[in-house]
Amino acid sequence: MHGRPRKAPKPEDEAASAAKAAKLRSLQSQFFSFHHSKIYTKEAVELSAKLLEINPESYTAWNYRKLAVEHHLSQPESNPDSVKSILDDELRVVESALRQNFKSYGAWHHRKWILSKGHSSIDHELRLLDKFQKADSRNFHAWNYRRFVAELMNRSEQDELKYTEDMIYRNFSNYSAWHNRSVLLSNLLEKNAEGFLSKEKVLPEEYEFIHQAIFTDPDDQSGWFYHLWLLDQTVKDDSPLLVSSWPAHGSDLFLLGDRCHNGSAFSPFTTLHSDSGSFPVLLYFNQSVEGVSSSTVTVESGFNKNEDLVWKPLSASNSQTAQVWVAHLKFPTSEFHSSVEVSVGHSKGIISSKGFQYSYPSTFSFKVCVQPVNRDSSQASAAENISWREEDFKVHGRQSQESIPIVSFDQLSIRNDHEPTASSWRAEAIAKEIECFRELLSLMDCKIGKLTLARLLMAYDVMALPCANKLVHSEEVLELYNDLMKLDPSHYQYYKDEHSLVLLQQVTSSRESLLKHCFQYKDSVSSSICNPICLRLNNLSLSQMGAFEKLLWVQMLDLSQNELQSIEGLEAMQLLSCLSLRNNKLRSFTALEPLRKLKSLRVLDISYNEIGDHSIDTTRYLCSSPLSHSVGSEWNKDETVISDVALINYWEAFFIFKELSLKQLDIVGNAIADEKFKSILVKVLPTLKWLDGELLD
Amino acid sequence: MGELAVEKHVEYILAVEKRKDSFESVVMDHLRLNGAYWGLTTLDLLGKLDTVNADEVISWIMKCQHESGGFAGNIGHDPHILYTVSAVQVLALFNKLDVLDIDKVATYITGLQNEDGSFSGDMWGEVDTRFSYIAICCLSILRRLDKINVEKAVNYIVSCKNLDGGFGCTPGGESHAGQIFCCVGALAITGSLHHVDKDLLGWWLCERQVKSGGLNGRPEKLPDVCYSWWVLSSLIMIDRVHWIDKGKLFKFILDCQDVENGGISDRPDDAVDVFHTYFGVAGLSLLEYPGLKAIDPAYALPVDVVNRIFFSADN
Ligand SMILES: [Zn+2]
Repeated sequence: MHGRPRKAPKPEDEAASAAKAAKLRSLQSQFFSFHHSKIYTKEAVELSAKLLEINPESYTAWNYRKLAVEHHLSQPESNPDSVKSILDDELRVVESALRQNFKSYGAWHHRKWILSKGHSSIDHELRLLDKFQKADSRNFHAWNYRRFVAELMNRSEQDELKYTEDMIYRNFSNYSAWHNRSVLLSNLLEKNAEGFLSKEKVLPEEYEFIHQAIFTDPDDQSGWFYHLWLLDQTVKDDSPLLVSSWPAHGSDLFLLGDRCHNGSAFSPFTTLHSDSGSFPVLLYFNQSVEGVSSSTVTVESGFNKNEDLVWKPLSASNSQTAQVWVAHLKFPTSEFHSSVEVSVGHSKGIISSKGFQYSYPSTFSFKVCVQPVNRDSSQASAAENISWREEDFKVHGRQSQESIPIVSFDQLSIRNDHEPTASSWRAEAIAKEIECFRELLSLMDCKIGKLTLARLLMAYDVMALPCANKLVHSEEVLELYNDLMKLDPSHYQYYKDEHSLVLLQQVTSSRESLLKHCFQYKDSVSSSICNPICLRLNNLSLSQMGAFEKLLWVQMLDLSQNELQSIEGLEAMQLLSCLSLRNNKLRSFTALEPLRKLKSLRVLDISYNEIGDHSIDTTRYLCSSPLSHSVGSEWNKDETVISDVALINYWEAFFIFKELSLKQLDIVGNAIADEKFKSILVKVLPTLKWLDGELLD
Repeated sequence: MGELAVEKHVEYILAVEKRKDSFESVVMDHLRLNGAYWGLTTLDLLGKLDTVNADEVISWIMKCQHESGGFAGNIGHDPHILYTVSAVQVLALFNKLDVLDIDKVATYITGLQNEDGSFSGDMWGEVDTRFSYIAICCLSILRRLDKINVEKAVNYIVSCKNLDGGFGCTPGGESHAGQIFCCVGALAITGSLHHVDKDLLGWWLCERQVKSGGLNGRPEKLPDVCYSWWVLSSLIMIDRVHWIDKGKLFKFILDCQDVENGGISDRPDDAVDVFHTYFGVAGLSLLEYPGLKAIDPAYALPVDVVNRIFFSADN
């Protein structure tokens, strides 16, 4: 029931209601006796019409009328005239039911069912719809029916596009019309229909159109999402691009065996300690793609056959599409030097989730230097506890910046040579929009103006200066998000998340700003972590993590003292071996799903979070489990009954931790971490040496 | 802002069951099984499911089953997937799924999948992503999801995705919070949430919150308590619920209570009904209102009921 005032019923109303109820009930019981005995006489069919006139939601009565129609159409004496008259009767009943209840699913479907019989004239339908749509321009049943009729009569999409224009000019505040426009326009663009051959021509006209709506009333949401869609169409090339890789182009990768090499000649940014005899190659695209394989990506190296490489998608779910892909290259155990060349997309097959081909083949190369393995001295350090205390970190490079051959920053991301020419109209369109929204904001202070300007400025920086890696507008954008948090406090956290992402883009935008966050972990080379450079993004008030494409090289990451409740995207950081998430706002174990893909992770600090505090788990379905059928039949319930504790209470921890080979875990300061839980944890994680700072035996 | 009038709401729900002589209740006759699901789930969330006689309810439900395996909204009406899901959900609440001939129900639902992966609501062929959700939810609870073509079902839902990140009833249909819940729910249950553009949809959904704190179902529409469920559960499934102001929504839902006679309405001072009472209480549960049982955002059943189905050793 909607929009009916709450009031105590008056006695006379109650009596009237009871009388109406009695009448309806007797109609219903007569109707059901006809229906159940399959009686389709004129009298019986008329009775069902009466019932539907009072209650169009009585779905069984619509079903009954369909049976009656089929019954009459199958009679030997039926002829074209009688058929038409039967179907016309149905259309009349529907029309009067719709007058009673415009939102009746049953009535609308009955009309479609009759029209699909193909014996009725459809010319009347658009006139009827016009009448209905003028009375209620947002009725989605009517719009759906309109699409059905347009298709049935082969009405052109151009004509329908014109109709949305008419509706919008009648009233800008018509989200339904803008929506239908986006559907029609994207179809026309996709088909390269006449007059819709290039976005370069079509989009500027659409911007003009939408400005009229937004400038008329910036607080009306009808045009917001259409504008964002146009922006997306302007910024994004349809075909996917390779954004970055690990190892980076032109880098020298040092691979070490079990023992740390104590020569400081190696860059800590490109030295990798691997006890598995392999190292990952990572491809980071600007959107999710499928089809990355040894036939679409070629890796030429002196030590691996390309055909043997298996490319795996890194996505939190078990889908075959992902933004980041990984393959593991096995390296020889003896001292060895080689160069590796990776060619991406020289043969077709990498496709975006929207169906567009990867069409900018690119190549990157790097050198590999393998140091022999020395197994003896690793035992002692294996049991060392990693502390995250402030005094264990030293600013990196202050004393010896010159001597550390840090990879040139520009090499961290891949240059896309086609960009400057292809995107000129795009950059122009964005520049024009920036001007336009600055003007809007000079007229009035409005949230959509600020939010759109922030989005436009970021898009402009990325697009206009693809190689420079410089964000000229980031300070202004951060300021805009700060304003928005005050202007629209209900959506504070949305702006805060956006703010965090821009801040991370800023931090990672130059070598200088990134180096400020790079610290040396302890001096000792006896440390069990081999590459003692820690990226510290702690205490930055981050509520979301991002900029992963610039951080693929990180092996030790400190995200403590932030406001993270999610680590979405962290699965891209395949080299991570030590991670601190201490003192954040993680609410559940399922939020740690990305960690399941980090096979090198050995040290994890999730102490002082909110795990166990909340009854509602917001990542329950973003984590692979039997609930979402993303844990297959290989899952055996028996293995999950650990020391008489049924899985039902701890399944989240079980599914997250059973995939990890942690040596050290800190979990204190979470409501869930009592002694009983810890005793289960030790069983799920047999590799564990340290739990909450205590050495396990 | 006041508190949740638990006792009043329990009384209201128990009374509605018995009041069958008003015009409104006759008009709603055909969806009594939905009503049973709304009322009983509310009682369970309030911790009061034991105030009803389970055997009575179950024997009535079984009288709504049609020979095809589907359930009707009430005795004598035609079977439809909309009521079949309510029957399955109520039986799950009572932990009585074993009274069903599970394969028979599964066969009814499986038979409604179309060539393109979509689902019809019944034999008359109305297609809607609501029915996709229901089919997937129902079969999952019955542990028979492998009986349909899940890949095609998912592809059909994805074909209903719009450029604003939301979903409609059929391809091209406008985004609507109720429809979004169905599509996101179906994708959640099938482990396919990677098809959702979480940031885009999350922004659309969080902008459903209006000044009063309530949520609407589409841009520029009035807020309504029932969207507390559809918008919130969708935001939770994609982990973006922190983008709205929970405190203001709390207040809006509690302001829609009839504190004298029990029940919750669509907006403050409107007439209450079981439908909005359920969505109000379910919304408060999603907001972690103290003392309420937690509800699962995808299966729309209490979390303990869902966990019992999927994780308990004796199932
Ligand atoms: Zn409502």
